[in-house]
Amino acid sequence: MNTFIEWLSQPWPWYVAGPMIGLTVPALLIIGNKSFGISSSLRHVCAICIPAGIPFFNYNWKKETWNLIFVLGILIGGFVATTFISDPNEIVIAADTQQELAALGITDFSGLMPADIFSWENVFTAKGLLFFVFGGFLVGFGTRYAGGCTSGHAIMGISALQWPSLVATIFFMLGGFLMTHVIMEPLMKLVGF
Amino acid sequence: MKVAEKEIEEFVCDAPNAQDKSERGLALLKYLILGVLFGIVFVKAEIISWFRIQEMFRMTSFHMYGVIGSAIVTGIISIQLIKRFGIKSVAGELITIPTKVFKKGQIYGGFIFGLGWALTGACPGPLFAQIGSGFTVIIITLLAAIAGTWVYGKFADRLPN
Repeated sequence: MNTFIEWLSQPWPWYVAGPMIGLTVPALLIIGNKSFGISSSLRHVCAICIPAGIPFFNYNWKKETWNLIFVLGILIGGFVATTFISDPNEIVIAADTQQELAALGITDFSGLMPADIFSWENVFTAKGLLFFVFGGFLVGFGTRYAGGCTSGHAIMGISALQWPSLVATIFFMLGGFLMTHVIMEPLMKLVGF
Repeated sequence: MKVAEKEIEEFVCDAPNAQDKSERGLALLKYLILGVLFGIVFVKAEIISWFRIQEMFRMTSFHMYGVIGSAIVTGIISIQLIKRFGIKSVAGELITIPTKVFKKGQIYGGFIFGLGWALTGACPGPLFAQIGSGFTVIIITLLAAIAGTWVYGKFADRLPN
């Protein structure tokens, strides 16, 4: 049993994780005739909590409760994996990326997330404003504007051979490349890295 | 072609429920279980890691390309099999995959999301898994993402689409 847990605790390679994620597509279709997508959960939260008479949030969200249950499951899954089968070793990061990030002022490479950015101490600072508030806002606004995120477009949409999803995915990547290679450095300097 | 590609009557989001039979209470438990498994994969394959997303955009690791690429290949094969064999859902309904209509939002919105993806190191799914993994400060990111969704909804009809 212990060796099994140890075996599970190693980081899982892409060729295990990718197909498992891909299988979520037929699993949801077969168990409930549902299309895979996650960013829609954010819309349902708006529709439930703050619809404010906006037509975009006026729909039968009760029918989409499953989506909120699914993301609650993802949260619990994060807890389970971290509590019971977490990798005791430090994360291995590509040397080039580590150097480039060090040049930007990232010093802690021990966890899954850089402690220099993602800590409660940063919430009410310019760093927090950039990475949590501004970044999160772009994720929520952009995914809804695009009508889906990595799961709804890149995985579900392309799996169903829908070309608009391929267009969306190409622009996800372009936005990410531009932020990473051009905008991030000046922004990080601005917030005090 | 046994798959009905009907429009979902009320609205089309990225994850519509096409099932006619309604589900309550324990019937929803299966989505929780599937979500838990999914969340475990997110953490164990380190997809929730900001560093892995940085590696992806800096093209210094194949990992994320492998994950997303093999997920898509698995998805394509699965959907083709469902269509070919006319597999029905557990409730006995025809499996419905809504057609995605091209809109300019997929370009503008996609690009905006990409900017945010590189900053937060997370798309919406990993946000939930990060919080569950103990990075509780990501609650702030999630709230900001909900706010972004709301602002989009508020101005949806005034944006080019």
